[in-house]
Amino acid sequence: MPEQVELEGIAAEADRARTDEGAQKMRGRDETGSLELAYEKGNAAGARKAVMTNEPWSDVSDDDETMIINMGPQHPSTHGVLRLMLELDAETVVRVKPVIGYLHTGMEKTAETLTFTQGATNVTRMDYLAPMSNELCWALTVEKLLDLEIPPRATAIRVLMAELNRISSHLVSLATQGMDLGAISMMIYGFREREEILSFFEKCSGLRMNNDYIRPGGVAADLPPDWESDVAKIVETFPAHIDEYEELLTENPIWRERTIGVGSVTVEQCYALGLTGPILRAAGKAWDLRVDQPYCGYETYDFDVITGTNGDVFDRYKVRVGEMRESIKIVKQVLDRMPEGDYRSQDKKVTPPPRIRIDESMEALIHHFKIFTEGYKVPAGEVYCAIESPRGEIANYLVSSGSSKPWRLHVRAPSFANLQGLAPMMEGGLLADAVAVIASTDPVMGDVDR
Amino acid sequence: MTGPHDGWWVLGSALKVVILFAATLILVMALVYIERKVVAFMQVRIGPNQAGPKGILQTLADGIKLFFKEPVTPRAVDRPIYILAPLLSLIPMFLVVAIIPFGNSITINGREIFLQGTDLNIGILFFLAMSSIGVYGITLAGWASGSKYPLIGGIRASAQMISYETCMGLALIPAVMTTGTLSMRGMVEAQSGTWLGFVPRWTGLVQVIPMLAFFICAIAETNRPPFDLVEAETELVGGFHTEYSGIRFAIFYLAEFANMFTISAIAVTVFLGGWNGPGFSFLPWLWPLLWFFAKTGVLVFIFMWIRASLPRFRYDQLMSLGWKRLIPVLLVWLLLSSGIQAWINEASNHVAGG
Repeated sequence: MPEQVELEGIAAEADRARTDEGAQKMRGRDETGSLELAYEKGNAAGARKAVMTNEPWSDVSDDDETMIINMGPQHPSTHGVLRLMLELDAETVVRVKPVIGYLHTGMEKTAETLTFTQGATNVTRMDYLAPMSNELCWALTVEKLLDLEIPPRATAIRVLMAELNRISSHLVSLATQGMDLGAISMMIYGFREREEILSFFEKCSGLRMNNDYIRPGGVAADLPPDWESDVAKIVETFPAHIDEYEELLTENPIWRERTIGVGSVTVEQCYALGLTGPILRAAGKAWDLRVDQPYCGYETYDFDVITGTNGDVFDRYKVRVGEMRESIKIVKQVLDRMPEGDYRSQDKKVTPPPRIRIDESMEALIHHFKIFTEGYKVPAGEVYCAIESPRGEIANYLVSSGSSKPWRLHVRAPSFANLQGLAPMMEGGLLADAVAVIASTDPVMGDVDR
Repeated sequence: MTGPHDGWWVLGSALKVVILFAATLILVMALVYIERKVVAFMQVRIGPNQAGPKGILQTLADGIKLFFKEPVTPRAVDRPIYILAPLLSLIPMFLVVAIIPFGNSITINGREIFLQGTDLNIGILFFLAMSSIGVYGITLAGWASGSKYPLIGGIRASAQMISYETCMGLALIPAVMTTGTLSMRGMVEAQSGTWLGFVPRWTGLVQVIPMLAFFICAIAETNRPPFDLVEAETELVGGFHTEYSGIRFAIFYLAEFANMFTISAIAVTVFLGGWNGPGFSFLPWLWPLLWFFAKTGVLVFIFMWIRASLPRFRYDQLMSLGWKRLIPVLLVWLLLSSGIQAWINEASNHVAGG
């Protein structure tokens, strides 16, 4: 029945057309141009080529022997909706091509329609595991343009929150990494301890995540009256918890075998690809913006920058564990020296008046109305402000036209930049190593896709 | 065999089969519940607590749900093999139950009935044969699914399980030499009594390394963590059963837990003295049964414990553990052990002869 066959052919063609993935698709090596292959290897424009290996897959001879497999966006260990196209030679990863955009919500564009006050609620939803870092970065950026002086208590509260958030973010990282490598109990332990921090956040800001607590001008509210005992409890109990994780994982021979020597990157590769945070530090470079470009008075706190030597999955894990301990050290110091005073700037143009003043003063009412309808105006100009988030260097590049809304916002998201490193980390490893590598780069897709 | 093969014998055997089948099913359901509770306890969670008192009916509810769920068959599957594969992994597990001696014997109406499905004179070989067939179920499931992740799972399964089958065989040979029989019942009887009046004559106390090796192989053979590469949820989504749903998936699940129980029971029978243990004259048939289930329960608990605490091996590490460590050690042990055994036999012959 030739007609039948023809119809089936047309249907198949239509099927292909409907499901064709265009440029996102990973094709066989013989069909792919050399430039694209170079991009896949991480030779992004501007990257120093000498750093990257230019020997493409010499040990894999034949295209027919390999299999192209799609991993994600629905896959248990792609941390949300990361998608990877892998070319596998048996179980060895030959090529890898990350595909992103499945969580794209246009937040950078949305920022242009929100006032500077509302902007904090927007950025806090990007890296949803470290909302405080995003808010802090936003607040510092706007304050830089406003040239606003922040009271010391507000700064100390910000440091407290950012460091607690660093701990909670690293906890999720350890938990999911444990899960991905099969240590299912780590998953629960990590989330259990994180909950203690999140309940403290809830007490302070009313929300567990996406707090909108750190705002341009200070913080949204003063700390609750019994915050000291809550934080003291966290500080006291956490070192013991971290010892537990180390007992469960660090000394475990299977864990060590699975992580040591897996997914290594060198410092040069990190420079070329823009990898920051625990990945860079695990490779051996002590680069931490809290120390190297201090903000919020970090230079007055006593803590160490944790580094590794091999830049492999194990070192990244160790760096995160070490950073949790250092963060506890910082939190302890905040606890000891929390200054008294205002929790937000008293600049009437930026900070709304207290509720009680609205009943008494006409000016207060006007200020309140203006701030919450029109918003405050920020001087024209452009500014780049970077801080150290749990995942690396997070920065806002903000252009203001002098109105009450940003003209343009670009977020330099650490998760996005760190995904560049997937190809050099994964190639030559096994499929199981690929999972370990994803977990160790700790990507948050909200941060990647913005 | 007990007594003459008359009508009563046939009826008794049929009854045994029915009881064993039903008991295994119930046991498996209990195991699923117990595992969830044990792992929940280790992870500071509550675990199932809604269906029935303390959630004990949770497995039943899950089973009913899976049973009535539509088994989706993807277009690319090799249909006959796809349907056959779950059965191939379940049926051998149930057949192994038949040779496990659960207890000593019970006397009803003057007849002595052994608490064992049947006592094959090649019992342990039958077990090895059945577990080899179980490999087919998983490998074919991966192959017939017509999808890439199950394929990788299937390939892993064939390599992993064949390697560990070898280990398992090597671990069982010393035990067979010590007890001098292949029959499961014979093995248990050879382990009765004590040394020096208080040390039980368990094979595992002599053949320590084969016992540990057997247990490692048992975990690999049942695809339990840390050797669950075949399903490795975080790598292969669901591995060989990615494309299975509904009752067919449930059968794989059932097979895994049945396998966990039978292999623990085999380990108890071969290495830990089976149903041997102190008994009392009151209800003499009950104590061996209790001892057997207590010992098996401990092993099953260790299975669960390991699952809750260890990360997963990587494929190449698993193979090197099997081929480069376990097998050489077992081969050396086999030589030593057989040498010693030969020497003992010689000596005893000499004594007997002189």
